Amino acid sequence: MKRLKGSFKYVYLALMLVFLYLPILYLIVFSFNDFSSGRRTSYANLGLWKGFTLANYSNLFSGEAGSALLLTIEIAIISSIVATVIGTAAAIGINAMRKRTRSLILNISQLPMVNPDLVTGITFMMLFAFVNGILAKSGIARVSDIVKLLIAHISFSIPYVIFSVMPRLKQSSSMLYEAALDLGCSPMQAMWRVVIPDIMPGITSGFIMALTMSLDDFVVSYFVSDLRSTLSVYIYSAARGAKGVNPALATIIFIPLVTLLLIVNLRRISKEREDEIQNKKVKMKG
Amino acid sequence: MKRKVFAYPYIVWMVLFIAVPMLFIFYYAFNVDGSFSFSKFWATLSDPEKWRVLWVSIEIAFGTTVFCLLLGYPVAYILSNMRRSVAGFISVLFFVPMWMNFVLRTYAWQAILEYAIPNLLGWADKTLTGSVGSVMMVLVYNFIPFMVMPLYNSLSKIDKSLIEASGDLGANKRMTFFKVVLPLSVPGIVSGITMVFIPAITAFTVPALIGNGNYNLYGNEIEMAFKQAAGSSGAADYSVGSTLSIILLLCVFISTAIMNRFDKDHEEGGNLL
Repeated sequence: MKRLKGSFKYVYLALMLVFLYLPILYLIVFSFNDFSSGRRTSYANLGLWKGFTLANYSNLFSGEAGSALLLTIEIAIISSIVATVIGTAAAIGINAMRKRTRSLILNISQLPMVNPDLVTGITFMMLFAFVNGILAKSGIARVSDIVKLLIAHISFSIPYVIFSVMPRLKQSSSMLYEAALDLGCSPMQAMWRVVIPDIMPGITSGFIMALTMSLDDFVVSYFVSDLRSTLSVYIYSAARGAKGVNPALATIIFIPLVTLLLIVNLRRISKEREDEIQNKKVKMKG
Repeated sequence: MKRKVFAYPYIVWMVLFIAVPMLFIFYYAFNVDGSFSFSKFWATLSDPEKWRVLWVSIEIAFGTTVFCLLLGYPVAYILSNMRRSVAGFISVLFFVPMWMNFVLRTYAWQAILEYAIPNLLGWADKTLTGSVGSVMMVLVYNFIPFMVMPLYNSLSKIDKSLIEASGDLGANKRMTFFKVVLPLSVPGIVSGITMVFIPAITAFTVPALIGNGNYNLYGNEIEMAFKQAAGSSGAADYSVGSTLSIILLLCVFISTAIMNRFDKDHEEGGNLL
């Protein structure tokens, strides 16, 4: 009876995992399907197996999908670097403030995280429409899609950087900074040589957060850009159109992602297991 | 140089790109031909269709949240009772799909529901897309990791000796679960609900791709209002979309307030123990 109950647990977990992975695996399987009909290729009928081919991979980046992917990566890298710089500086500054001001600013910083991204998207859309309206009257060039996307992505990423760096700053002592000054560092040197290295893990995780927020974003980019689309926006419009989306996209997003996440986490897990064994040994000795 | 200065670029950025854009919502909702007026605001609010959509969205979001909780709680509970290294590995497996582009995952469901299952079952001209059930299922699919994550965090923090103590004091497993584990996991339940409910109201991708336009949710109303305004010739009129957004922000505000209250009540109750 007990064994039956134990296996029920695993069956439930397995079923949930099947539910979560089914659509992804489905796309990966169909990425090897032959979609050509005559000379044209249409991905619309994604349910009929017509034979094995690698053609979907060779024409994956021709046309709009390729430029969308490139734009997505560009925006993600630039916006997360800028957001990390502004956010880290902000965290250091906020941490040095008096408690009242600090908690006020931190509370306001949470707003964009609580705000539905739909609202964030439409507010940026109105802001840029307004600015472009003014620029059009004075005859200067309009704000381009890349600049709009960068501003929007930096804005929604900064709070995540701040809230990753903040706990790290709280752990480290402000005496370190003062000691560095006493030992003859200039404030800038103290910052670069002492404070920044000390909070580096927080900065790194903030950067990774910003990167994934930017790569994953659909809603804000959808409202902000007019002419050029990021990958998510491209997928959305292609999915609603008659031509459909090349399922090979799923493979080339999924495989690097899984490898990366597994490497990062397996390292952590093996460390946890070592700790567990260590704890057991200590207990046995005690 | 004081260290405070480092925060100034951020503060300027926030004012320019968070605070000012938010003001546009109120500007467009209450601006009629250059002067302040409620007339357009009331005109939008007196449309019964908008209220019907809002109500349907709240119902669907509520259903999604309930299903996420019912399906996600056992997952978090089972994981929290496993050895930590095993649980760590399986929880990674649960969160990997969350990192994959969610529009693409929704598109995959569209393909499965529209072509694969009907083809498999040999239905000639019937698809599974365009029904409330399929919209809700894909919403549950997209949001369930956001429910499992906080639940798992709060369940694995529970002190195991409390559960042992409850057993020692004569409670059977079921009683221990309902009297000890469940109350202690309320903070996780609360943050799980907030992470699912509001995003589900505003999700416009899933209804558009899965609902075939039959089940427009509140997010779709806002999206359409803005896209139409931007696409129209001449000066764009964002008043309808802005008014709808104000109502949405009110919903967010109310639900966060309710949720905060639950959380605090619980903490006070917990302290009495």
